[in-house]
Amino acid sequence: MKHLLQSFIAALLLGGAAVAQVPEIAFDSNPDLLKPPSSIYLGEIGGVAANSKGDIFVYTRTGHPTISIGTARPFAHGGSRLFQFDKTGKFVREIGQDSYGFLVAQQLRVDPQDNVWIVDQMSSMVIKFDPNAQIQLLLGRKAEAERVPALPLNPQPAPAGAAPAGRGAGRGAAPADAEAPAGRAGRGGPPGAGQQSDVFQRPTDVAWDSAGNIYVADGFGNSRVAKFDKYGKFVKSWGSRGTMQGQFNQVHGLAIDAQNNVYVADTANKRIQVFDSDGNFKSQISDVGSPAALCITPGARQYLYSSNSNPPEDIDANGEIYKLDLNGKILGKFGRAGKRPKEFGSVNAISCRSENELLVGEIGNWRVQKLTLHPAN
Amino acid sequence: MKRCLMCCVAATLLAGHVLAQAKAKAQNVPEISYDSVPNFLKLPPGLYLGEAMGVATNSKGHLFVFTRSANTRLFEFDQNGKYVREIGEGNYGFEFAHSVRVDPEDNIWVVDEGTNMVIKFNPAGRVVMVLGHRPDAEAGAVATNPPPPRQPAEKYLFGRPTDVGWDPQGNIFVSDGYVNNRVVKYDKNGRFLAQAGSEAPGAEPGQMNLPHGLAVDGQGNVYVADRSNNRMQVFDNNLKLKAVYDNIGTSWTVCVSPGPHQYLFTSNSNPNGNTPGSWENTGEIYKMELDGTIIGRFGHASKQMGGFQVVHMMDCRNPNEIIVAEIESWRVQKLLLKPLAGKAGASAVR
Repeated sequence: MKHLLQSFIAALLLGGAAVAQVPEIAFDSNPDLLKPPSSIYLGEIGGVAANSKGDIFVYTRTGHPTISIGTARPFAHGGSRLFQFDKTGKFVREIGQDSYGFLVAQQLRVDPQDNVWIVDQMSSMVIKFDPNAQIQLLLGRKAEAERVPALPLNPQPAPAGAAPAGRGAGRGAAPADAEAPAGRAGRGGPPGAGQQSDVFQRPTDVAWDSAGNIYVADGFGNSRVAKFDKYGKFVKSWGSRGTMQGQFNQVHGLAIDAQNNVYVADTANKRIQVFDSDGNFKSQISDVGSPAALCITPGARQYLYSSNSNPPEDIDANGEIYKLDLNGKILGKFGRAGKRPKEFGSVNAISCRSENELLVGEIGNWRVQKLTLHPAN
Repeated sequence: MKRCLMCCVAATLLAGHVLAQAKAKAQNVPEISYDSVPNFLKLPPGLYLGEAMGVATNSKGHLFVFTRSANTRLFEFDQNGKYVREIGEGNYGFEFAHSVRVDPEDNIWVVDEGTNMVIKFNPAGRVVMVLGHRPDAEAGAVATNPPPPRQPAEKYLFGRPTDVGWDPQGNIFVSDGYVNNRVVKYDKNGRFLAQAGSEAPGAEPGQMNLPHGLAVDGQGNVYVADRSNNRMQVFDNNLKLKAVYDNIGTSWTVCVSPGPHQYLFTSNSNPNGNTPGSWENTGEIYKMELDGTIIGRFGHASKQMGGFQVVHMMDCRNPNEIIVAEIESWRVQKLLLKPLAGKAGASAVR
């Protein structure tokens, strides 16, 4: 017993030491890579990713999200745009102008065939554009009308010291008000399990396995991963809201390695869960803060990047990005929250086509930084 | 009645949770094979369709598409699918597209369920008549499904209308819709004449539950897609009930081809949401004689080209070239139907 206790303490010390000893990875940043024309402004960066030619695609929250009064319902329009730049940052074109599904940009990924996929958190849609910018596949359907929670026109004065009413929940927080259809249980299933179909509730990310099957992180409203065949037919989904293995609390992102393991950023549970392609739990990775954006490098030796993104309302906490082996071993970390170059404002997307050249998209700083890492070995 | 019950039982056993749509479908219907024309619509760079709600052709073969993109928009294409122009941009009646139809004089009519308006554009694209009235903005958003007791339907106001058609005399028929549950007849000048159904939904013959589309034949008979009752109802020109066709799954939309021998098309569209099992039991379009005899069926639910993803409207000016507009794949397909092998209509079952 005593022996056991000793080894337990030793393990604790070792573990603690390991966390303390995560090496810092030196890096440089180019925060002005992208050069949009003067009439175009990037806003909050939902997603950024490069294709095989190095062209950079950005899905950003910009312009005016609008609610209009129809006969019976409020209709939502606009609020996000999709842009393409070349590898030098020169503006190439806009894609998906005035799309019905572009409301709140959440993520963008480029698949191995250079198709561009966007995920929209408010329309709850995943849209696949081919390299010619034509729509090839849609998953999910935008709600016909939006619930628009609003404060009373003449609110009662709040008692002194009370929190300001109507303050928005932090990025990615499950909505607490009764207006949001958060985590609707699907046909009697547990909360967050969602409907067994391509009906999403605030989805966050998309990825593919080597057979082209599609995986959608779903998301902030639901707490599940949904799998479709390459033609968009629903296969299965797994997960519900909770803290157990296989449960999630804010599925903020996912990535798939060459062996078709699915890495899921389980943000509020402060872990990355790893599943096989059928959703069987394999392992979990902790000690990386609250993972909010994941990326796996291509090639023979693959690495996993995971961002412990700061909340938009606080730059005095978190913000660092971890580099890991696929077995979960932490190899290093870099960066911190802030507004200057080489600092991060709520990283929401990482593109990692090359191990040491990353693109990071920030919610807080309305920018994409190109990072060049200088690992020690 | 007994046969209907057996159908229901069989459907329950076969289909389980998609019972609502699987019930009351004719069996052993010949399959009509077809090709989907690749890259039919050629949109200029930077122009995208959203949900394709309405599609219709005029006498020259020009194509009109009423779509929900960021804003509801109406586009015209030529007979080869080349983009021609946008019509009605920014007008007061475009909020949430539902239907577009072209009348025999090539006027373009749209139905908008977000403004409760039916708008007639002349061939030049100018507004020449409107039916309905958009609620004033200061009234705010009105409840979509008002709780009972319902207000009696007004003669000249709609509650999320769905479709429009005309008889040979130019009388106008409007299906109305999601809030009301009726079909209204107006004269060619927009003056109220009659209605079938009422503000309230119902399942009795002549009552409706979500009249979602309509078409009028050369005799002035009105074919109504009675969607939530899983049937089509046929009314005569004075809106008296003539027949009920209830072996075609859920009738989402109807189309009647012109000419001396008219055909009737109806779509048992796969429901929104794509629940497992729904693709196996829904999605097909039926080709019928006007008397309800089923000639054949074609199509199936799928997100790939050639398959259907919630067909919302069809154009059948040429009964062998059907143009379909789909909600959930944001596309318009032109389908070239191939002749049926054997005797057409011989094996149709009612």
